[in-house]
Amino acid sequence: MKLVINGETVEAAAAPGQSLRTFLRDREHFEVKKGCDSGDCGACSILLDGVPVHSCIYPAARAEGKAVTTVAGLGLPDDLAPLQQRFIDAGGFQCGFCTPGMIVTASTLADGKLDALPRMLSGNLCRCTGYRAIEDAIRGTHRPVGEPRPAEPLTSGNDASRSCGRVGTSLPAPASARVVSGQEPYTLDVAVPGLLHLAIVASPHAHARIRSIDTSAAAALPGVHAVLTHGDAPATLYSTARHENRLDDPDDTRVLDDVVRFRGQRVAAVVADTVAIAEHACRLIVVDYLELPAVYDPRAALLPGAPTVHGDKNAVDARLADPSRNLVAEMHGEHGELAAGLAAATTVVTGTWQTQRVAHNQIETHGTIGWIEDGRLVLRTATQVPFLVHKEICRVFGLEPGAVRVFAARVGGGFGGKQEILTEDVVTLAVLATGRPVQYEFTRTDELTISPVRHPFQVTVTLGATDDGRLTALGLDVLSDTGAYGNHGPGVMYHGCSESVSLYAVPNKRVDAACVYTNNPPSGAFRGYGLGQVIFGIESALDELAHTLGMSPFALRRLNSIGPTDPLVVTEAEGDDLIIGSYGLDQCLDLAEAALARGNGVPVPDGPEWLAGQGMASAMIATMPPRGHFSQAAITLDPAGFYTVGIGTVEFGNGTTTVHAQIAATALNTTPDRIRLRHADTDATGYDTGAYGSAGVTVAGKAVLAAATALLEQLQLTAAARTGLPAESWVPEPEGLRSGSAFLSLTELAGPAGLKATGAETGGRRSLAFNVHAFRVAVNSRTGEVRILQSVQAADAGVVMNPEQCRGQIEGGVAQAIGTALYEEIVLDGAGAVTTRVLRNYHVPQLADVPLTEIYFADTVDSLGPYGAKSMSESTYNPVAPALANAVRDAIGVRPFELPMSRDRIWRLLHP
Amino acid sequence: MDLPTVVSIVAARSRDDLGALSPTVAALAGGSELFAYPRGHLTGLVDLLSLEWPALTITDAGLEIAATCTLAELSRLPAVPGWSAQVLFVECCGALFGSFKIWNVATVGGNLCTALPAGPMITLACALDAEVLIWRRDGSEERRPAAEFVTGNGTNLLQTGDVLRSIHLPIAALRGSTAYRKIALSPLGRSGAVLVGRLDADGGFLLTVTAGTVRPELLRYPTIPSAPALARDVIALESWFTDAHGAADWRRAVSAVLGEEIRTELERGADRP
Repeated sequence: MKLVINGETVEAAAAPGQSLRTFLRDREHFEVKKGCDSGDCGACSILLDGVPVHSCIYPAARAEGKAVTTVAGLGLPDDLAPLQQRFIDAGGFQCGFCTPGMIVTASTLADGKLDALPRMLSGNLCRCTGYRAIEDAIRGTHRPVGEPRPAEPLTSGNDASRSCGRVGTSLPAPASARVVSGQEPYTLDVAVPGLLHLAIVASPHAHARIRSIDTSAAAALPGVHAVLTHGDAPATLYSTARHENRLDDPDDTRVLDDVVRFRGQRVAAVVADTVAIAEHACRLIVVDYLELPAVYDPRAALLPGAPTVHGDKNAVDARLADPSRNLVAEMHGEHGELAAGLAAATTVVTGTWQTQRVAHNQIETHGTIGWIEDGRLVLRTATQVPFLVHKEICRVFGLEPGAVRVFAARVGGGFGGKQEILTEDVVTLAVLATGRPVQYEFTRTDELTISPVRHPFQVTVTLGATDDGRLTALGLDVLSDTGAYGNHGPGVMYHGCSESVSLYAVPNKRVDAACVYTNNPPSGAFRGYGLGQVIFGIESALDELAHTLGMSPFALRRLNSIGPTDPLVVTEAEGDDLIIGSYGLDQCLDLAEAALARGNGVPVPDGPEWLAGQGMASAMIATMPPRGHFSQAAITLDPAGFYTVGIGTVEFGNGTTTVHAQIAATALNTTPDRIRLRHADTDATGYDTGAYGSAGVTVAGKAVLAAATALLEQLQLTAAARTGLPAESWVPEPEGLRSGSAFLSLTELAGPAGLKATGAETGGRRSLAFNVHAFRVAVNSRTGEVRILQSVQAADAGVVMNPEQCRGQIEGGVAQAIGTALYEEIVLDGAGAVTTRVLRNYHVPQLADVPLTEIYFADTVDSLGPYGAKSMSESTYNPVAPALANAVRDAIGVRPFELPMSRDRIWRLLHP
Repeated sequence: MDLPTVVSIVAARSRDDLGALSPTVAALAGGSELFAYPRGHLTGLVDLLSLEWPALTITDAGLEIAATCTLAELSRLPAVPGWSAQVLFVECCGALFGSFKIWNVATVGGNLCTALPAGPMITLACALDAEVLIWRRDGSEERRPAAEFVTGNGTNLLQTGDVLRSIHLPIAALRGSTAYRKIALSPLGRSGAVLVGRLDADGGFLLTVTAGTVRPELLRYPTIPSAPALARDVIALESWFTDAHGAADWRRAVSAVLGEEIRTELERGADRP
């Protein structure tokens, strides 16, 4: 057929059942993204003769004779359309994977349709930004942080203070122009000659032993290159979870196993010329299963006689607390004496809170392309942790470190979901078996059914207090369902019970926690890493205590929260590695309380059915993971006078590349256009533990600062050696160094060989960041609808490195948390099968769901972080659900104990 | 998504071409539903759009909507004088979970044939007493009330080889006064309940209850019922169901709330001169 794509006439055949999305990507129009492949997320949006459609559900054959316009047809980096430029100016993207479809859709909205913007963008999902910045980009209403949004659109344009690029300014992301024009290549946005595709056979059973697998028909199918089963897989056990210390997670997983422990688990893999052939071959594989007893309830899993999920494992080798009881990890500790604290209390509140399974739903699904190059294995993969993937792939497959390269392109969102090996292992197996390049791409249904979810927690909290509100006792009992594998199970349990508890100065504390196996799909790392689940319980219980005592919840927090010099105690005092590098909790409480008191003029809807209330919650988080997080940065100055920063961490929408450029520009007193970045490549940069635990600024950023500082010293010494003037007299300028009237250009200083310096950070000491969220809500007592009237978050991020980005991280975290609090749930059928298997049955927040959040920053300077900065990605999510639950409780007089607080659940609270 | 097992796509030019339909060869209209899920059982498609059925035909008897008419076309029909119920067209399109971009391709007939509880074109057709025209495989034609077309969650009257040709909205219903309510678990979420009331010139009152029940439920009264009577009848319906878009008990309760809002709105409208 013949059609026109971005002005170019194309003649090519479309397969009968082909969608326009894959037709366009086959022609290397990689700006057309896959998010869901079902017409729900909008990442594949294009114009057909000017009419916007979701290309994933449009039959390709129907495009005959039509004109296709993708985002690249709207403007390219050197000639962006005004709308594209406004997305840069407003910070209208973070990972940027949804951006091409978002811009294409917005390009069709004439002014008259902007009034209905929430409805017009209902089919474009962004998981990162929380939509405020997108709305400002589309409407042209963006204003810098701290200035109110104007009523009328403003003209667009970069202001000078942003482009200077120093720490503290809102420099746009270095990749901006490519992202908004669809030219930034993500993991699978590359044409690889001879690429084969991988598909898997999924277990229909929750627990079964594989008696035999007949692969003969599949192997005989033309176009099939390999059929892989447990017989082909290494015997080595590992964990899909990746941490700096691999001993953090139990070794309980094989690439392909002869026992399957959850529905959907890989049984076999087929490598073929196309996805279609691979899937066809999968249907020809005959598996004989011996079904085994299964357990789905985490409490039942602990009972004597329960089926054991990993009863075959050795507790010591696999690092499991007690596999005969399905116990992955447990924690018991007491500080003071809980019973004595409760005896001393005049008021005791207790309750049990339950959180649900949440899917990350980053818009870029998991995917890996692997190939052999110069005799080495190369993995291009959507990961937050390329160096940790490298280490473990080498270990599992017995490969020398030098024989493997792992790298990440820009990653389309992660939220913890890409701190796992989910695709790299089986791609490695396939590449080693075939010697050919192989791609494995998750579908959205894979994301919803086999990609690990946020651990569901049952959290029982008991608080004792005296009449003046002083806490005498804090008891915590936690049960975490890690599902069929223990990836992140212990870490999420321990972390969940840490800063949530140590935030409060209570003389008597007790913590009991257990992380257990079930035959449910695995749980894993999710933004907040356990803290959000426990904070939901503790902050709800504190709110109940405030209600019981007739006390302001802010006053209760002020009375009982740790001060800047208090010891940090969970059940034992924390080690010296954790310090309060700056203390802004008091400011956050004041800022949030004042904003609520000030109000925002949004009235409670008319009608007796609407009940109004307000609530708040606090959260504290360490600024990086414990027990070491390492980063080695390098900066070179090349003979042309440009700096190149090499850093191993990953850009997945967290904005670290932007901040690293700012740090280097500030330390070297230059402009960001002189700084290039290389990152996330085991061949090209020094080691980095990876992008998790909000370590992008506090660890990798600190390494960049150390490298830049070292390079400046070299420059000064070089200048001194050339001139005889003292090294310390040489001051850096954007294009060279100056000492009085003497000037040496960067080119002169670099010489023909250039200069290089390195810097490292070990994460040996950690600080603490604080967030306070507050809501005013109205609840419809007839329908259970919760309407957010006012949303406020006050954050102690230390020195804010990039106000626009930091605001974006907070807004995005709040939006994701509102999804968790009100809408999102991976539903199981009670027998380990996910029933919410497509995006239209799992509600990722849309623009219409997310209110404007007022954001306030505490004024503190951290003693550890680079330039006084602290982390601010995960922490923003944690206080939101309890704050909202507390506001609902205030409105309706009944406490919600279960997430999500969906309308049917709230209605049921009101009509028991 | 790609439907890789589909190896042929035939553009239908006449009714005879529909003879190719079979359990493994499906009719293709807008494609927004067909291409949204894996269809491993399909080997072929017959494209209905090439039949070029006129999307919307206004007659003295009412409105003939081709099954292949898109939601966008339906929503853009210029206002016809006297058709007070036409406001429902846009309202019901708005109850579709899919975005306005889906309106550009999704068809009225496709929405009916998918037969989901939340299918808003089903609501529209039932609320306006539509009759559907079915082209039977044997060459015969059959007209049936839209209210009977959907038989359950995802099931309808069509047998293999049958095609839904059109939906006819009668003039009397188009001249009625209507009130529309939708609720979901989120502001623009997939419908948990969609209700439409219609008050005719002769005083007759019809409440159509959809999305919360596995198939459309119609409550018909000679005159506007009392609030308790209507609530009792809504509560007494038995086909409420639970899925990711709402629990059955909630759907029943909020349907009673919305039904009463509709009753009140139409009663107030009737009181006005």
